[in-house]
Amino acid sequence: MANIKVLVAKPGLDGHDRGAKVVARALRDAGFEVIYTGIRLTPEQIAEAALQDDVNVVALSLLSGAHNTLFPKVVELLKEKGMTDVLVIGGGVIPDADIPGLKAAGIAEVFTPGTPTSKVVDFINANVK
Amino acid sequence: MANETLKAGFDAYMAKADAASAKFPERAHLEPNRLYTPLDIEGFDYEKDLGFPGEYPFTRGVQPTMYRGKFWTMRMYAGFSTAEESNKRYRYLLANGGSGLSCAFDLPTQIGYDSTDPMAEGEVGKVGVAIDSLADMEILFDQIALDKVSTSMTINAPASVLLCMYIAVAKKQGVPSDALRGTIQNDILKEYAARGTYIFPPKPSMRLITNIFEYCAKYVPKWNTISISGYHIREAGSTASQEIAFTIADGIAYVEAAIKAGMDVDAFAGRLSFFWNAHNNVLEEVAKFRASRRVWAKVMKERFGAKKAKSMMLRVHTQTAGSMLTAQQPNNNIVRVALQTAAAVMGGTQSLHTNSKDEALALPTTESVTIALRTQQIVAYESGLADTIDPLGGSYYVEALTNKIEKEAWDYIEKIDELGGAPEAIAKGYIQKEIQDSAYKWQMDIEAGRRIIVGVNKFTQEEEPPKNLLRVDGSVGKLQADKIAKVKATRDNAAVAAKLAALKAACADEHVNLVPLILEAVEAYATEGEICGVMREVFGEYKAHTAL
Repeated sequence: MANIKVLVAKPGLDGHDRGAKVVARALRDAGFEVIYTGIRLTPEQIAEAALQDDVNVVALSLLSGAHNTLFPKVVELLKEKGMTDVLVIGGGVIPDADIPGLKAAGIAEVFTPGTPTSKVVDFINANVK
Repeated sequence: MANETLKAGFDAYMAKADAASAKFPERAHLEPNRLYTPLDIEGFDYEKDLGFPGEYPFTRGVQPTMYRGKFWTMRMYAGFSTAEESNKRYRYLLANGGSGLSCAFDLPTQIGYDSTDPMAEGEVGKVGVAIDSLADMEILFDQIALDKVSTSMTINAPASVLLCMYIAVAKKQGVPSDALRGTIQNDILKEYAARGTYIFPPKPSMRLITNIFEYCAKYVPKWNTISISGYHIREAGSTASQEIAFTIADGIAYVEAAIKAGMDVDAFAGRLSFFWNAHNNVLEEVAKFRASRRVWAKVMKERFGAKKAKSMMLRVHTQTAGSMLTAQQPNNNIVRVALQTAAAVMGGTQSLHTNSKDEALALPTTESVTIALRTQQIVAYESGLADTIDPLGGSYYVEALTNKIEKEAWDYIEKIDELGGAPEAIAKGYIQKEIQDSAYKWQMDIEAGRRIIVGVNKFTQEEEPPKNLLRVDGSVGKLQADKIAKVKATRDNAAVAAKLAALKAACADEHVNLVPLILEAVEAYATEGEICGVMREVFGEYKAHTAL
């Protein structure tokens, strides 16, 4: 598939974006078109950006522990905007115990610390609609 | 002559070793030389380059006695959930030999939002304690005598508000402000560059910082008014040299701002403090600490004409590197933290936080925090590393590395000067880009196997998901909302409105020091969100520009 567009986004108030930026750059180097939102966005702002830029993938990064609230909210808002075929993935400091719940809420995969960026690239290639 | 003989001997050794090393390609690419000799520190001048501890240029340490006087302050960064929960943790740490407090605030508190603000959704009490008004602060320090303990607060954009709350709590305990000891981080420049909890644009932010310098010089003279932080720059991915260079460049900007506001350099510089990261490469870290003291001493003496020795001393708090903790095989982190602690101690830190083994996964449990604190105690009492001052001084390698890091730092400082100083360099995205490039290189080195992280890209094993992680109850937001409602129902709301109006008017006049007005609003139980709210109305908010 040509021109996979990825929105890398940081919901909530967490400013740790080393991971988000490294992943964004690795995805760009892997040939995807990448937009990075910067930090401190509301779920509404992220869903709106995804709609405006007509992306295929939304990659959320959060290290503050607010993922159980904010990740599902982004998925919900994307659905409301009719973006049902967007692949939503997440990463950050996320305990294993939270992952099943996030997946049930529509996060396709959760990448935790230590994941090689190549694994994210492969996952997107295999699962993007 | 002696050097010529040495050089000949060295060349002969290198020829032999080069031939032999053809068999060991795996370790050939490392950056340091294979061996260091006096040839690597030619021109080394003990008195000029090192001097004695407590004397310019402070390479060997800032106090004459260092740990032969007293150990560093063992200061564990803690805070989560409500003020009640965090107060319990603080009292536990003090009861177990912790020698100072270090408060972690949640993100809404750090960004000037009340827990009930829509922007705070999901974040209340997560990465630190939620503080909405003086009422929370009273609970946070309940049964902790503020004239006995020193307290560090990781708070930046709203540093003035939290400092005023601390002063107000002390007053209620009968402790005058001139008896208070502690630190506020108050370092906005690195928030723009690396950490992200900014509120206002640079100009009013710098004003608030100089207002605090001025206020504390008069009323809170034992308080460290800023902790100029390289820690987060390093966590964002910088190298050791970049960490100290960008931070000292920020320090230069704060000193310039205070001098421009009419202050005498020696009136405030002695209360400036720094914050370094203790990373994995032990000897590089030791050299970094030593180099940073030398650079700052020269900056203060030569650039700013400081006269007092205290103004030239780089006093530093240190935290072990959070980003080096692995989620894989978390027990290995205990060993990493012990080595990082060794580096910070041999580097001569004034205080230290050690991370807990489970922090790549969640906030630490009481058990893992205890191991982290015990790690410091073992290094202090058992290892011998604290028995003599600057134990690595004179090592060919460490002296050469100290010189190299110093040189790299000066090159960056010069470049930043050319760009117009740190605020300009940040506005242009230069510092952020340098950090990002280093972070990306680090990750790619790991993925290519050029850099080994045990348990992550080598010596991996299947493991069970860890148990017993600390979880912050989702009900904290509700608890805080109830507390805010109670405060608003019991305070004198007309008085609050008057104090906020006075503060707002003062914000518009740049010649007024805002701290006394903030203190009055705090004492009337205005919430943090209300106080920051009126400042937001006048000052506006910072908008970051982000580039990859």
